[in-house]
Amino acid sequence: MRVRLRLFAILRERTGISETEIEIAEGMTVAMAVEEVGRRFVMIADLLPRAAAAVNLAYAGRQDLLHDGDELALIPPVSGG
Amino acid sequence: MSCDADIVKLQGTPLDVSSAIEGIGVGDSGAIAIFLGITRRDSDSLGRELVALDYEAYLEMAENQMRGLVEEARRRWQIGRAVLLHRTGFVKVGEPSVLVAVSTPHRAEAFEACRFLIDQLKAQATIWKKEVWADGSTSWVDGQRK
Repeated sequence: MRVRLRLFAILRERTGISETEIEIAEGMTVAMAVEEVGRRFVMIADLLPRAAAAVNLAYAGRQDLLHDGDELALIPPVSGG
Repeated sequence: MSCDADIVKLQGTPLDVSSAIEGIGVGDSGAIAIFLGITRRDSDSLGRELVALDYEAYLEMAENQMRGLVEEARRRWQIGRAVLLHRTGFVKVGEPSVLVAVSTPHRAEAFEACRFLIDQLKAQATIWKKEVWADGSTSWVDGQRK
């Protein structure tokens, strides 16, 4: 299945990618997808343990299941204001 | 309940206080509290001067979150109107990056609601800032550090 991946701030800058599609296996959790992202984009692997995840615009837990067509965003520690 | 007349927005253009608060003193409002966060003058350990902060946002999610915060504030305080604006892009030293304005019947609630909104926005909203230094170098601000 395909998931839309969105990267922000330092994750976007290091990869040079703000959004892309990734192909992952059925039944993957957020944690598994994040691991896959770390394998594909090794330059941000060290930052992923501290990044939160959001699925379809809401913060998600690492054990949440992903579905075809979901938007998975990786959220480095926020610093608005 | 949120109110259609509340204004929640991320924008790439300068924040203007007087237009932002125009008409928010509705109904039985007796107070308007306004908070502005501005880029603070700063220098790093090498003596480089800060020129600006460069803001980036996950726009759709941040605006949802900001609307959610206004709804939460409306459950807790009697709010006439709320305005929550945040900049994207370059914000030079001394210029505002965030504006919160709340009208309520009395000042205590206005201050409380305003503080709640800015504190929660800073803690949750999917917005990031990068420091831009005088020599052109940049550094992302770590949300857990500041």
